[in-house]
Amino acid sequence: MSWETVIGLEIHVQLSTNSKLFSGGSTGFGAEPNTHVDLIDMGLPGVLPVANREAFYKAIRFGLATNAEINQTSSFDRKNYFYPDLPKGYQITQMAMPIVGKGFIKIDVDGSEKIINITRAHLEEDAGKSIHDLFDGETGVDLNRAGTPLLEIVSEPEISNAKEAVAYFKAVRQLVTFLDICDGNMAQGSMRCDVNVSIKKQEDEKLGTRAEIKNINSFKFIERAINFEIERQIRIIESGESVVQETRLYDSVKNETRSMRSKEEANDYRYFPCPDLLPVVISDNEFNDIKNNLPELPDEKEKRYISEANLEEAEAKIISSSKTMANMFEDACSKTDDSKLVANWLVGDVSALLNKDNIDIEESKLSSNNFATLIERISDKTISGKIAKSVLEEVWESGHDVDNIIKDKGLVQIQDESVLEEIAQKIINDNPSQVGAYKGGKDKLFGFFVGQVMKETQGKANPKSVNDILKNLLDS
Amino acid sequence: MSIQYKSIKDLNNMLLNKEISYKELISETFALIESKKNLNAFITLNKDAAIEKAVLLDRKKNKSILAGIPIAQKDLFCTKDLRTTCGSNMLSTFIPPYSATVISNLENAGCISVGKTNMDEFAMGSSNETSFYGNVENPWGTNLVPGGSSGGSASAVASGIVPAATGTDTGGSIRQPASLCGITGLKPTYGRISRWGMIAFASSLDQAGPMARTAEDCGILLNEMCSHDIKDTTSLNEHIPDFTENINQPIKGMKIGIVKEFDLSKLDNEVVKVFEESKKYYESLGAEFIEISLPNISLSVPTYYVVAPAECSSNLSRFDGVKFGKRCENPKNLEDLYIRTRSEGFGDEVKRRILIGSYVLSAGFYDAYYKKAQQVRRLIKNDFDEAFLKVDVLMSPTTRGAAFEAGSKGSDPIQMYLEDLFTIPANLAGLPALSIPNGFVDSKPIGLQLIGNFLEESKLLQFAHSFQQITDFHLKTPSGENI
Repeated sequence: MSWETVIGLEIHVQLSTNSKLFSGGSTGFGAEPNTHVDLIDMGLPGVLPVANREAFYKAIRFGLATNAEINQTSSFDRKNYFYPDLPKGYQITQMAMPIVGKGFIKIDVDGSEKIINITRAHLEEDAGKSIHDLFDGETGVDLNRAGTPLLEIVSEPEISNAKEAVAYFKAVRQLVTFLDICDGNMAQGSMRCDVNVSIKKQEDEKLGTRAEIKNINSFKFIERAINFEIERQIRIIESGESVVQETRLYDSVKNETRSMRSKEEANDYRYFPCPDLLPVVISDNEFNDIKNNLPELPDEKEKRYISEANLEEAEAKIISSSKTMANMFEDACSKTDDSKLVANWLVGDVSALLNKDNIDIEESKLSSNNFATLIERISDKTISGKIAKSVLEEVWESGHDVDNIIKDKGLVQIQDESVLEEIAQKIINDNPSQVGAYKGGKDKLFGFFVGQVMKETQGKANPKSVNDILKNLLDS
Repeated sequence: MSIQYKSIKDLNNMLLNKEISYKELISETFALIESKKNLNAFITLNKDAAIEKAVLLDRKKNKSILAGIPIAQKDLFCTKDLRTTCGSNMLSTFIPPYSATVISNLENAGCISVGKTNMDEFAMGSSNETSFYGNVENPWGTNLVPGGSSGGSASAVASGIVPAATGTDTGGSIRQPASLCGITGLKPTYGRISRWGMIAFASSLDQAGPMARTAEDCGILLNEMCSHDIKDTTSLNEHIPDFTENINQPIKGMKIGIVKEFDLSKLDNEVVKVFEESKKYYESLGAEFIEISLPNISLSVPTYYVVAPAECSSNLSRFDGVKFGKRCENPKNLEDLYIRTRSEGFGDEVKRRILIGSYVLSAGFYDAYYKKAQQVRRLIKNDFDEAFLKVDVLMSPTTRGAAFEAGSKGSDPIQMYLEDLFTIPANLAGLPALSIPNGFVDSKPIGLQLIGNFLEESKLLQFAHSFQQITDFHLKTPSGENI
């Protein structure tokens, strides 16, 4: 029997506003529990929410970048349920009139392109955190996160497998970071997703019963959870039973999904329009301002790198795929005329190190500044390419300043030609038999002399100068 | 010289003429509160802070009319560092870290908050009998209810303890007790006064307002209560006039609408008689009467009892025993914490409305109830819009009768809900409305309701003040003397 998988993702993107969606409370991460909480976040009696326009601007950027319908008038609803980390007993969200309507995003799976349609993207406030394992027999509540603005991006059920789901999540992450609306930091929970998975026979039109896996925050776990879920559902159906519509939890330690609650146990959220908030209207001026100041997106960057910096398409694609790498490229290019040199380093040595450590560029210790300095020192011939490789490795491990490493280890390239000439002459004098052989027609021995000079100078000689000097001395 | 029954203007004159010091005024006020303890009008007093503020005012040069004036604050407004219970056991220990905008506005204008007045629990009730802190007595008769939910405020003003008090009105909670206690009470246009710091009952209907002996005092208080508040997005960004500026203008030639659908034939004869006499007073002032039809007005009470409970069921979810207010003893687990905290913390009427509200919002019922009610609400609003093309104000009795005895409405909540028959439409439409004393039934005061167009509080006060210039119902005291 051949089964077809149908997947839809709800991605929660934490918008990088300074203050919360409905209060002046700070959105900073990692503060002492309950220190970024104001009266509104606490849901004290008598307080009222005031919508943060910055969150709307960021949501609109996402909408524009996904070719979506933008609802310049949108409104808020209340989703009612009880939980200790939900201070008001309801979450303010956009149910009936979301800020962003239908749109789409292109994803790349093993080199082939696919369009994933987006149903909607709406603003809502995040809940706080319940901490179950810190106090014996009691649950702690940290409301620092309560009220943080989220953009919930809901895809159509058009994703066919775990790989596509990951590609889709990556594409959204790439977009929101380029748009500067989210830091994309998955470890801190800035992006999380709920995955809806169902299976059906290929010939069936009707979708199968779905399970929703809640709150996954890594690419790896998305892939594993989906694959586990597909196998689980196939096993159930093939044994003659049926899948139950329910909410499940992915346990990354055991690599399995577990039932949280079934449809029967599901909350009736009693949605209704939030009477404390009037519909928010974005003026044409505000809208046009956002549209005209949309940051450059990966596709546009790629094209520009090819046309303006003469990069190969493959190089341009790699560099423009991540905002951090694109920034590094642009910063470094401002220190040299040789953009190809910058591209070679990023696509070559830097990418190799990333692959070796299996990390993203954001996680590395190489800062954009430090990389630009490295390029500058190669360009102005302070260090040779070979030395630069070892400097990069050192920076990679320690994060230390490039100039300090060069200074502390005495790696400055020997530029003084008279010094190099002296060394070259010494090598020639010390190796009369090789000189004889070379002069007798053994051209290949030229490399031997270059190598000896480099060895003598501990690699600090400028290779081109060494070549010129040796040619001059040997061929005269 | 006694301060009892004095108006804001009277007290201001006494202070300016140094007949009394600020401190003496406040001390006298607390002496009155003590002597009228039987009314149970106050839940919490603010004595030390009030006297401290009065002492400071004595040392200052004060010009503002409200400086030093004692005001009773409904216990629904959050008051910084002063217990705010909202009439509920749930908040019996709640001390807010901030003050409502209304409170700050009044206190910045010099008012002295002497205490927090008793009220129906979370403003749900029309007799003050749902308060966790006991019934409030109407000064007009032992065992008579003062009305509700702003019963404590009405009783405190009617007994002459304070010249004015704050109230809130979701379905009639200022006007109905004003009617039953023989005082003047105004519910402004929805959004005139910020809701920041008002503990929400039904957010789209709640509106604070002044309660005082005279229309003029209501205007003086309203001047300070209003402000455009960026902390409340439903607060109106509209010009705030001096609401007392035009109260002396004649109303000659202005038009009063009588609502055809308000069926007075079902009311007590005496009530109808008082109402008809009021029409004569207005005729003598030169007003014209026009019959007006509001075709959808009969749907007001059912509409209200869908919308208000729906919003309250959500607004009261925050009282869960987790963060503030009451928490049950030794909860076994989370569910036990929720169930026992809310079972013990809320009274029956509040629970009933949470149940109704949860029901009308639940999946499968939302369209039939909540959505339909909002559509009807729009129709009622449209009816009023039509009416105000033809008339300046609409007039009706405020209540179906005078004050009743505590316990007399029995266990049928519908009987109590009908108390607000005439007052609810103005809340649904967001319109300003007031109640003024217009006579007596069985020696008990009764009120006349005037409903105005959007933002036309000044005109309402002009109508009320004109009436009070040729009548003395508002000057009668429970002891039988005129002020």
